[in-house]
Amino acid sequence: MGRPKRKYESGAATAYITRNKAVRKLQLSIADFRRLCILKGIYPQEPKHKKVVGKGSTAPKTYYYSKDIKFLAQEPIISKFRDFKHFVKKLRKAVVKGNDSAAQRLRANKPKYSLDHIIRERYPTFTDALRDLDDCLSMCFLFSTFPKTSVTHIEFIHLCRRLTVEFLHYVIASRSLRKVFISIKGIYLQAEVQGEKTTWIVPHRVGYSHPTDVDYKIMQTFVEFYTTLLGFVNYKLFHTINLHYPPKLELDTEEEHVPHNKMTKKPDRFAEREAMEERLAAMTQSLKTIDAGGGEDEVELDEFPISESDDPDRIEQAKLEAEKLKKFQNLFTGLKFFLNREVPREIIVFIIRSFGGEVSWDFTVAVGATYPESDEKITHQIVDRPNIQKQFLSRYYVQPQWLFDCVSARLLLPVEDYFPGATLPPHLSPFVEEGEGDYIPPEKRQLLNRQRGIDSGVGEEESESEEEELEGEVKGDSGSEEEEEEQESEEEKEEEDSSDSEEENVTPPKATKRKREKADSEKKKRKSEDEALNISNMSVEAGKIEVEDKERKLQRQLAEEKRLAEMMIPKKKKRLYHKIMYAKKKKTQEARKLKEKRDAIDKAAKKERKKARYFQE
Amino acid sequence: MATKRKSDIGNGNHVADEVDLFVERAVQGEDKSEDDTTDSEESVYSGLEEEEDTSDSGEDQDSAESDDFKDDDDNLNENEMKDELSKKELDVQNNNRSNSDLSQTTQATVPEYEYDSSDEEDIRNTVGNIPMEWYKNYTHIGYDIDGKKLVKPEKADELDEFLNKMDDPNYWRTVTNKLTGQSVILSKEDVELIQRLQEKKHPSAQNEMYAPWVEVFVNETMIHPLSNRPEHKRSFMPSKWEKLKVGQMVYALKMGWMKPTKTQEDKEADEEKEEENKFYMLWKEDEESEISKRIRQNIPAPKIPLPGHEESYNPPPEYLFTEEEKKKWEEQDEEERRLNFIPQKFNSLREVPAYPRFINERFNRCLDLYLCPRQSKMKMNVNPEDLIPKLPKPKDLQPFPTQQALVYRGHKGMVRCLSADKSGQWLASGSDDGTVKIWEVVTGRCMKTFKIDDVIKGLEWNPNPSLSLVALTVEHSVILINPGVGDKLLVSSTDDMISSFDTSETQTGKISPVEWSVYDGKKYDEGFRIKITHEKEVTQVTWHVKGDYFATVVPKGDSRSVIIHQLSKRRSQNPFSKSKGLVQCVRFHPVRPFLFVASQRYVRVYNLLKQELSKKLMTNCQWVSSIAVHPRGDNLIIGSYDCRLSWFDMDLSTKPYQTLRHHKKALRQVCYHPHYPLFASASDDCTVIVCHGMVYNDLLQNPQIVPVKILRGHTPENGVGILDCVFHPTQPWIFSAGADSTIRLYT
Repeated sequence: MGRPKRKYESGAATAYITRNKAVRKLQLSIADFRRLCILKGIYPQEPKHKKVVGKGSTAPKTYYYSKDIKFLAQEPIISKFRDFKHFVKKLRKAVVKGNDSAAQRLRANKPKYSLDHIIRERYPTFTDALRDLDDCLSMCFLFSTFPKTSVTHIEFIHLCRRLTVEFLHYVIASRSLRKVFISIKGIYLQAEVQGEKTTWIVPHRVGYSHPTDVDYKIMQTFVEFYTTLLGFVNYKLFHTINLHYPPKLELDTEEEHVPHNKMTKKPDRFAEREAMEERLAAMTQSLKTIDAGGGEDEVELDEFPISESDDPDRIEQAKLEAEKLKKFQNLFTGLKFFLNREVPREIIVFIIRSFGGEVSWDFTVAVGATYPESDEKITHQIVDRPNIQKQFLSRYYVQPQWLFDCVSARLLLPVEDYFPGATLPPHLSPFVEEGEGDYIPPEKRQLLNRQRGIDSGVGEEESESEEEELEGEVKGDSGSEEEEEEQESEEEKEEEDSSDSEEENVTPPKATKRKREKADSEKKKRKSEDEALNISNMSVEAGKIEVEDKERKLQRQLAEEKRLAEMMIPKKKKRLYHKIMYAKKKKTQEARKLKEKRDAIDKAAKKERKKARYFQE
Repeated sequence: MATKRKSDIGNGNHVADEVDLFVERAVQGEDKSEDDTTDSEESVYSGLEEEEDTSDSGEDQDSAESDDFKDDDDNLNENEMKDELSKKELDVQNNNRSNSDLSQTTQATVPEYEYDSSDEEDIRNTVGNIPMEWYKNYTHIGYDIDGKKLVKPEKADELDEFLNKMDDPNYWRTVTNKLTGQSVILSKEDVELIQRLQEKKHPSAQNEMYAPWVEVFVNETMIHPLSNRPEHKRSFMPSKWEKLKVGQMVYALKMGWMKPTKTQEDKEADEEKEEENKFYMLWKEDEESEISKRIRQNIPAPKIPLPGHEESYNPPPEYLFTEEEKKKWEEQDEEERRLNFIPQKFNSLREVPAYPRFINERFNRCLDLYLCPRQSKMKMNVNPEDLIPKLPKPKDLQPFPTQQALVYRGHKGMVRCLSADKSGQWLASGSDDGTVKIWEVVTGRCMKTFKIDDVIKGLEWNPNPSLSLVALTVEHSVILINPGVGDKLLVSSTDDMISSFDTSETQTGKISPVEWSVYDGKKYDEGFRIKITHEKEVTQVTWHVKGDYFATVVPKGDSRSVIIHQLSKRRSQNPFSKSKGLVQCVRFHPVRPFLFVASQRYVRVYNLLKQELSKKLMTNCQWVSSIAVHPRGDNLIIGSYDCRLSWFDMDLSTKPYQTLRHHKKALRQVCYHPHYPLFASASDDCTVIVCHGMVYNDLLQNPQIVPVKILRGHTPENGVGILDCVFHPTQPWIFSAGADSTIRLYT
């Protein structure tokens, strides 16, 4: 017989370890432990049974897997941390003693560590790395805007800037940008990098204040890891599309290069490098490829879907999709843009270029401008101020939102709404995918219709109805407002009906048929009424009522049956059921609330317009 | 240097300086004292000195040379006086001091050590170190060594003083020796010394303070060694340690470990190169990735939720907050806010400022990534429809009452109890307005009304088809009525049966707990037949299936709370000797000799034949309101005031087989249909819920319970909804008695 098993000596109690214990075990300071956790991607785990893990106590503690901690203990970087600690100690001593030579020697032999192996370990495959790119990109984009302070080192800021520019170049070259959205927090961008959707946010540039309640050291550690990751990812990405890494611009001819090489040992080369980086950051030029052949991609695209599926319908669909995508990727091809100086240049250049457009700006604003404002071939000029002194007739002047909305809509929208000084239509988030029962703003509905090719959206109908109203008013000046309102409401109803039918066009064709029939019958009815007023219409009405009753009755019955069945849900599942139903109810409530709000706003706007018109007349 | 300084001190010059310093202080003190107490001192030191002073007129030198002993003595005295004064402040060597002084004045005449003694007192005046004021009022100033009084020198008066001051050129340097009271003329040197001290200079003019420094050990190497010690051995032996170090270096060089130190340019070039090669192809395509278990178990951090329309810089107007919403948002806790920002609208992109909390949000995300405990949670993708149990559709379970068919109006108070007769033609109802009404079921006509003038708590039709009797409870009594409706033959036969009873048979030895009495006269004509009076209030009466026995409930009767009566023998008996809780309700078993007694929380099943408790059912509810027994007798339903209906399968367990919480308010009554597999519950929420409750003959199959219909129609009155419900004996119909004084029939 062995020793009797005691409590908390095996199982969950030993599988977890508290943070304090872990720190003690690793013999690190809290700061070093934090750094190690960040770099190695070790996070606390929430145990399933806290009481077992806490050996009887349920006090709130952070638990790590003890295996994770064991794994951390083997990390070679720990010894580097210790080396660094000693280095700092020695250096401080040397500096305090005024031992300059020793300090210099120590500085020269500052211990360095690389995170390459950690990246390899955390992301065994490239797709893993791509999957984790969201936070990495957001952080790097944020850091590249930071000023140099004691905690945010200039090297990292520069590195972030360089890497983000490189990544943007990749997105441009691979045409993988999919969604853009201006939010009040920043500009959201989504790219599909090798099939992985990557979303990141770029802050608005207009001077933000640096909060004091933020520990920049932690962010710095994150950035340290993220820059390494992004560098390797960039390297891989550039090579997958046959580009040089570090990137080289296409227009940099050999002649230019030769003197560069000769001058490498002159102090001027920093300035040159800076200039090069600036030109790279301008993003107006495409990058140099490793080999000249460029036609391979197209072939791949065509063959890809065929090999994947056997079903002919699916092949067809996939082909269509691919075609659509290609069209989308070349949304701005052939268009030539010019940016005014008040426009946020970088992001807009990036968007235009990643959809195949050409772009330039005033030479005095920044380097990298390719053509002047007076270029006759410019089709669009992006302007963000209400009035412009000098206007060319050959081009459209539009506000920057037009670009974003075009990308969201995946087609070139009419520019009329976006002229300078015009009140812009609402900017909708392309990230929202409305499900069943969700509220869809009318603008979105309009957009969906437009995407499907139905151009007669709600908006146009509205305008038509307004015209009708106008006519009505002209005809009958004495027409009281109430009547008009009634008319309006009727029209609105019709509109709704039509819109409903449009909606349902997609899903059940039967329903629409039925509705149409109904509408037809109604029309007939009206006609008959008009034609012969003397014929009593009692019988018709009675029939109609019966039909409605039947449906309603059936519905009521079904509802009651459901209610009765609900009563029989066992106690165990009742809570869950009610929770789900509550969530559903809440959702519909919210949707309804939004709809009501919108209706009220629309009504008020209409009234206002009418009033204005009335006063004009 | 140190030695030199010492020598300086040795000169004595120095000491003299020190002494002079004291003198000067003494002088100062004297000055002060003069200021303070001029008159007295003047008076004390009368003229005696003056003469001498005048005689001393001329230079000090003269006096010194004059060789006048007394004068000399005076001088000496004076010097000693000075010393004494100085003694007050510090004990310094008197010796040197007097020496120095004497050296100038009386060196030639007085032997050097005549008065000199550090320990000896001043011999001219032996009073010692005392304040001289003590002698202020005396003519003498002390005693000399022989014990003779030292007479105070005569003090010059004011005029003399003044003249002195005018005439005597030495007046300004004349001071008085306090000890001897004599005037002393300070020498030139003394005055000079005093002046130097007052200017805070070195006392002696000869001393050069800033004399050039004479270095003994200089930094220049000297030709000759300082000492004659031979060199140490190690200074000319080769170092072993250095040899070791050199050996290591040689080895490192040989192995190529040690490289020449780089120049700055080389270093920069290296760094640049390193920078360029910092990134390389980390993921090669042909490499099989080794995925450890740790990585497989990795819980990826959830991605940041994507922005909705409301986050847009130019959102549709409905997403903007109204004033109320904004206020609500501001009042809310940061945690409970649905959005962590207030939607805003900007007219153009140019006006959009940086989001002030952008860095904070990023930082919080960082914190979440490394601090937030992760747990993989299975997301339940449950279709709520799947949670609803699959039950047969109510449509397939017909017949059951579906809609309201008739309303019986006529009562003026809430209708408390209902009962239908066996044939299903008649319905009896008892109400708070003190009437019992007999209704024809099909027409809804009130056939008869019996006035009792008291609240009718319970009422039940005799289940025996050959009897036309209704038992009802009023206050303390149970009344049997012959309603006199329906078959005349039946009515008359019932009357016959009652009247034929031989009263003598009732006289038994036992004392009956109740009193039986028979109505006659007018009341008899109205239909009242028998009255059974109890001790306490009766709440319920229930018939046995055969129609001969009936039981009554007297809740406050303690041990006599349940009484069983036999109609044919007009006999009553109390089956229990002890009360077990407040009895709510009793029922007879339809086929076997069992009696169900429901107390507040339990239902006890008694075997009447064996007279024992056979079962105790745990209801799990707080307060049982009613029970109903299935026609077959194996199943039981219990309604309770805490909204529950429990179904008991007596064969299965003593705990409920199923508990239904369908009603929202207290249940008042439950009932089974005698033929159809239906049961119903009436509640204060004004609904009657009819359920299909199929009991199978097969013992393996549990009863199936399906709610089939919710019947509404009654309106609540004072929080009371439906008080009683009863099924029609033959049809799938149900009657309900409401607090709104109506009876409703649902078919």
